[in-house]
Amino acid sequence: MKLGFLVDLHLCMGCKGCEIACKVENEVPLSTWRLRVKYVDVGTFPETKRTFTPLRCNHCENAPCERICPVSALHYIENGIVNIDKERCIGCAGCIMACPYGAIYIDPETQTADKCTYCAHRIASSMMPACVVACPVEANIFGDIEDPTSNISKYIMQHNGDVQVRKPEKGTNPHHFYVGGGNVTLNPLASFRAEGHSLFNEMKHLPIGGHH
Amino acid sequence: MVHESLAATNAVVTLDVALPGIVWGWIITMNMWAKSIGTGVIFMLFYLLKKYPNEAGAYRLPVTVISIVFIHMFLFFTVIDLHQIFRFWHIFFHPHFTSAIAIGSFLATGFVGLLFLLAFAIFIKKDDELFDKVLLWTTVLAIPVTLYTAALMAQSTARELWQMPTESAQMILAATLSGSAVILLMDTFLNKLSDAAKRDMGIILAFSALSAFILYMAELVFGPMKAEEVAAVLAYVTNGGEYQAMFWIGQVTAFIVPFVLVTLSIVNNNQNILKLAALSAVAGLWVVKHVWLVIPQLLSMS
Repeated sequence: MKLGFLVDLHLCMGCKGCEIACKVENEVPLSTWRLRVKYVDVGTFPETKRTFTPLRCNHCENAPCERICPVSALHYIENGIVNIDKERCIGCAGCIMACPYGAIYIDPETQTADKCTYCAHRIASSMMPACVVACPVEANIFGDIEDPTSNISKYIMQHNGDVQVRKPEKGTNPHHFYVGGGNVTLNPLASFRAEGHSLFNEMKHLPIGGHH
Repeated sequence: MVHESLAATNAVVTLDVALPGIVWGWIITMNMWAKSIGTGVIFMLFYLLKKYPNEAGAYRLPVTVISIVFIHMFLFFTVIDLHQIFRFWHIFFHPHFTSAIAIGSFLATGFVGLLFLLAFAIFIKKDDELFDKVLLWTTVLAIPVTLYTAALMAQSTARELWQMPTESAQMILAATLSGSAVILLMDTFLNKLSDAAKRDMGIILAFSALSAFILYMAELVFGPMKAEEVAAVLAYVTNGGEYQAMFWIGQVTAFIVPFVLVTLSIVNNNQNILKLAALSAVAGLWVVKHVWLVIPQLLSMS
C-alpha cells in the first residue's frame, strides 16, 4: 500500500476549510501551517480570475527530507507516509533546506521540525485525513495509489493527461497530485509575491522558528 | 520574485500565509568559516613540514592550538544552531548514514581526537616523529571534514544554487585560502618562516583566491543559463539585488585584493604586503560564505 493525495483544482473554491480542519486536528501552533491554500490572481481587469492551490507535504517516494535527516526523525512508514518523530528531532533544519516544496517548518512550541503527515494517526484508526473530511466539494481525494480500484487511482485514470505534480524535475516522485493545475498554480516562480499588505492579509517572511 | 511570469499573465499572490525567512543564518556562516581555518592550517602545516622541515618545526604546537580552537568554534556554532541543543547526542545514538550531517559529525569527532593526539605528541611527549606520523592521518581526515559541508549543501535539494562539484571545490579552496592566510598572520608573531616559505604560502593564497573567484564568476554568469531557480536566486546579487553590494564586497576582499597584493609582494619582494593580503582574505571569506549561504533561502519554495 502506498497512500497518495490528489487535489482537483477545478473543484477547489478556496474556502480554507481544509486549513482550519488541519490546524484543529493537529493542534498546529499560530504562525505555522501544515496545509495552506494560496490565492493567486491572474489576468488584468476585467479579464481576471482567482486560482486556489492547497499546498502540503508531498510525501515523496524519494524524499530529500528523509535522506538529509541525521537522526531518522523523518522516516517512512509502511503505507508510504513520510512521518516525523518529534521526540527524536534535533532541530538542525536540514529538512527545511532539503524540501523543494517548502512544506516543513520549525514548530515554535516544540522547537522541532513539523509538517503534514497525511494525518497518519487518523489513518491508523481507519479514518480519512481531517482535510479530506472537511472539504465541502470533495476536491481532496485520498487513497492507495497502488490499488487500481481505489478512488484516487480511478480519478488519475479518468483525468489522464491533466494530472501533475509540483517540481517533477527534482526527481522526488511526489505522492501528491493535482488535476487542473498550471504553471501559475504549481510553480512559485510564475507569480509575483510582494511583501506587505495585500487584498486580504499581510504577506511576509517570519524569523527562525516562525515566531511573530 | 517574478522569474517565469508573463506580463500578459499578470499573476499575483493575493492571499498567503507568512513564510519562514532565513533559517540557516550567520551561525552557519561562522561554522563554515571556522572549519575552513581549522582544517586549512593543518593542510599548510603538512606542506611546510615536508618542504621546510627545519623552520616549520616551530609551528607544530601553535598550528595544533589554532586548529583545536577553530574546530571547537565550528563545533560550538554547529550545536548552538540546533533548535534542540541538548539532543545533539541523538546523532551518535540514532545515526542515519544517508545524511551528510550524521557522517560529518563522526568525521569531525575523529578529527578532534587526532588533533588532541597531536597536542599530546608535541606538548606532553614532545615527540616530533610521533607528531608527524599522526599529522599525516590528520591531514587525510581533514579532507572529508572540509568536504562534508559541501555534501550537506548538495543534499539540500531545494537550493539549486548549491551544486556538489562546485561546492566541494569551493570548500577545499576556502581551506587552502584561509589556512595559508592564517599561517602568514601567525608568522607575524613567530617570525620563523623563511622568505621562500612565506612566498609559497603567498602563492597558495593567491592561487586559491583566483580559483575560487573564477568559480564564483562562472556560476554567476553561466548558472542562470542552466536552471531557472539559480537565475532567480542570483538576481539577489545582480541588477541591484538586496545582497549585491555584500556579494561584491566579499569577492573583492576575499579574492581580488589578496591576489593583487600577493602579486605585488612577489614582484616587489615585500613580505609585509602578504600580511595585508592574509587579513583581507580571512575577513572576506566570511562575507563570501555568508552571501552564498543566505541568498537561496530568500526564494519562496511554494
